[in-house]
Amino acid sequence: MAEHREFFYRRLHSLLGVIPIGVFLIQHLVVNHFAVYGEESFNKAAGFMHDLPFRLALEIVIIFLPILFHAILGVYIVFVAKNNTRRYGYFRNWMFYLQRVTGIITFVFIAWHVWETRVQIGMGNAELDYSLMENILSNPVMFWFYIIGVISTTFHFANGLWSFMVSWGITQSPKSQKIATYATLVVFLAISYIGVRALIQFAYGV
Amino acid sequence: MAEQSTVTFIITRQDSPESSPYQETFEIPYKKNMNVISGLMEIRRNPVNANGEETAPVQWDMNCLEEVCGACSMVINGTARQSCAALVDELEQPIRLEPMSTFPVIRDLFVDREQMFDALKQVKAWIPIDGTHDLGPGPRMPEKKRQWAYELSKCMTCGVCLEACPNVNDKSDFIGPAALSQARLFNAHPTGEMNKSERLEGLMEDGGISGCSNAQNCVQVCPKGIPLTTSIAAMNRATNIQSFKNFFGSDHAH
Ligand code: SF4
Ligand code: FES
Repeated sequence: MAEHREFFYRRLHSLLGVIPIGVFLIQHLVVNHFAVYGEESFNKAAGFMHDLPFRLALEIVIIFLPILFHAILGVYIVFVAKNNTRRYGYFRNWMFYLQRVTGIITFVFIAWHVWETRVQIGMGNAELDYSLMENILSNPVMFWFYIIGVISTTFHFANGLWSFMVSWGITQSPKSQKIATYATLVVFLAISYIGVRALIQFAYGV
Repeated sequence: MAEQSTVTFIITRQDSPESSPYQETFEIPYKKNMNVISGLMEIRRNPVNANGEETAPVQWDMNCLEEVCGACSMVINGTARQSCAALVDELEQPIRLEPMSTFPVIRDLFVDREQMFDALKQVKAWIPIDGTHDLGPGPRMPEKKRQWAYELSKCMTCGVCLEACPNVNDKSDFIGPAALSQARLFNAHPTGEMNKSERLEGLMEDGGISGCSNAQNCVQVCPKGIPLTTSIAAMNRATNIQSFKNFFGSDHAH
């Protein structure tokens, strides 16, 4: 394997984007969505996640390290591309470009978001509850920052899922790749809805 | 178009691999059914630019003149394609000619596609049949498969797919789509199949198949209509399986 390092790292990058990062993303957005059913619901759901046994180990192994690896190699991947949508304006080339744009936005967003929530909670400056998010999101600038961040994350995940299926040789024929495009579009719309709905709830209480 | 008497070419020129490019305009007499190469031949015959100045003839590469060798690729009015198959009557004027940007320029429109041949070496895109004794005939290929493989065999290493690929550039060592598809062609051959794993190993080396991030421009631009993205996905599957065999161990790894 040592002589195929680049191949191994790129495949690992693709895999981690879906498992565990993608799975975690969906779980995270679904838990947030409990906010829509009321403050109590959210606090209960968030509390359940917070009180999972071995939480710190789980966070490091399932969330922190995979995201760090995906982000660092991802920035490198962005760097080695020479985008050419102006000359070659095909749909997939645009998706390729947007995957890189949303990758960078998502990276910035996640760094900020983790700092503002998980790190502050860890340092004892904040409590994990409904009002933490309410306070952050009642500021319109932060609200829009979160909207852009969440949609860019869900796009990056859904489009990445499409790419994942090609990179792992699952969708091979043009037809299956096309159907996968529609399927991942549905995934994008569905999880974007779940994510944005919770943000609106925190910000405007509706 | 027929009564038009001259054709204007704006050519991006470069005197040597290191010197900087510049543009030169040429106006040449129109001839019926001329293509870009016959235009360039006219400039070579009478190397005088639009200002009436004598200049060095424009250099370009060509061979077959019938769109099968791939040597004459250049960027014509913004699109990379074969100049021998580019009819002047079908082009907007002035006709702008540039060398492909992905490859090092040797001179004017003449580029060095050596990296493509190195890529074919990396993936061992041939079938070894030489032995110290007569190996006899190889296994037969089903006719249906032959027809299918014939499509892949049309690749002429022209470089148009590399020119269109956002991941083939001087910052990355990605070998580009053409060689990935050639590995599939030779792995599909009943004799070539005997060295299948060697080609897959080549694809897994640095700059190999993992350099593809599925922008899928290649399949759109290939003048031979080769299903490059299907080939790439097929080779993705094959290399993944090969890497699992290598790691976990398998009697079928080789
Ligand atoms: S795959 Fe098509 S575009 Fe690419 S080098 Fe071969 S013939 Fe040219
Ligand atoms: S000269 Fe061979 S393809 Fe144009």
